Amino acid sequence: MKTEILSQKKFKSAIKRISHEITENIDLEFPLAIVGVRTRGIFLAQRIASNIKHICDIDLLVGELDVTFYRDDLSSEIKRSKLVTKTSIPFSCKGKQLILVDDVLQTGRTIRAALSSLVNFGRPKFLRLAVMVDRGKREFPIKADFVGKNLSLDNKQSIKVLLKEIDGVDGVFSVC
Amino acid sequence: MITKNFAKKDLLSISDLSSEEIIFLLNQTDSFREVNERDIKKVPTLRGKTVVNLFFEASTRTRASFEIAGKRLSADVINLSSTSSSSRKGETLRDTARNIEAMATDVLVVRHPSSGAPEYLGRELSCAVINAGDGCHEHPTQALLDLYTIREHKKEFKDLNVSIVGDIAHSRVARSDIAGLLKLGANVTVCGPSTMIPAKAECLGARVTTNLDDAIRDADVLITLRIQLERGGGLAFPSAREYANTFGINEDRLANANSDLLIMHPGPINRGIEMSPNVADGPFSVILEQVEYGVACRMSILYLLSG
Repeated sequence: MKTEILSQKKFKSAIKRISHEITENIDLEFPLAIVGVRTRGIFLAQRIASNIKHICDIDLLVGELDVTFYRDDLSSEIKRSKLVTKTSIPFSCKGKQLILVDDVLQTGRTIRAALSSLVNFGRPKFLRLAVMVDRGKREFPIKADFVGKNLSLDNKQSIKVLLKEIDGVDGVFSVC
Repeated sequence: MITKNFAKKDLLSISDLSSEEIIFLLNQTDSFREVNERDIKKVPTLRGKTVVNLFFEASTRTRASFEIAGKRLSADVINLSSTSSSSRKGETLRDTARNIEAMATDVLVVRHPSSGAPEYLGRELSCAVINAGDGCHEHPTQALLDLYTIREHKKEFKDLNVSIVGDIAHSRVARSDIAGLLKLGANVTVCGPSTMIPAKAECLGARVTTNLDDAIRDADVLITLRIQLERGGGLAFPSAREYANTFGINEDRLANANSDLLIMHPGPINRGIEMSPNVADGPFSVILEQVEYGVACRMSILYLLSG
């Protein structure tokens, strides 16, 4: 059973708000880079990047990160069934203001894996986290700096973030 | 329910793999290629795993390739070669392997002069076994990197014309390449002097010719095999010069070849015998790319088999 949490319109304004919040939080004098995690985070990162470019007319670098190699639960089953997608960070993170983007933050383990991976790409000036949905239930001490929507749902419900690029429509749904 | 794209404990041959498993391995290789392009070429996936390279035959590139692949995955890689191993003291293959396994080895990479040795080890040992070349049987990791290299340039295998030239009878590379190419829908031609074409060659599934011009015409890819002088290759033709004149790949023989022909060689090259230096270093040659992709392919295989 699907319940709409964010409509397409509210989804778009949430991304816009996050983009504005980020611009207020950075120093325009220093280079900015945005890295999206795995599939959905990448599209969100691209949208935020294009919003930011529109707002303050700065060029920013966009990267794509697959955290599979750094997962703490990488089993033989997962290795043999899930195809690792290509990480593409064609720039050094050294000295950059880095924004990491993902669709849903829950246990914090994916972000922990992302942080372990990013260490290898150079020392950033700082790293901030932007997520579309924060649904609590942390298992690691990870905090999001920019949040589209805070949700607290019980374990039986799962969150689906839909994106035009993949699903044809934008939105956030909870599914039982 | 997770569907496994790769279900085997060991990688023993290309013939054992389904075309889906081959494609999955090739797709996986892209991510490892990216790791090899980074400044810090390391991912932690095989951290704490032990990979033993057990080579009973000389090898430079395959062993180095597996060693680099394992190390980039953060594995502990040990190299054992037959000259320094206890097989010289008369220890059986089984005992050597069991001793290595007793030291909690996770992956055993084996190259052996006897066909079937890796399969035997795969049955005896519980760790994963990777065939790095057994006798005249198969060299699956070479075939995988050859397939990857071809895919990089030609994109599709269906109806691609691939010619393999050289000592087909004694070449495990040829057998693995033929198996892989046929599974993926390519058309394969094998070419060499009749002394180097095995009996009942048509059973390989490839078109057979002893005429090099015939093999080159219409070919999209040309895989040249090394004349194995150390393996009695010298008995199959009167002299290296005669082989070079009849079957050597040089610019003259390529005069009527397709303009986008890909020239490949598993290495090491006997320059001036099976291939002229101009061709080896020329614009059609992707020989060094094969080596580059070989590391990524082997990383992909170690990643999938290491449990």
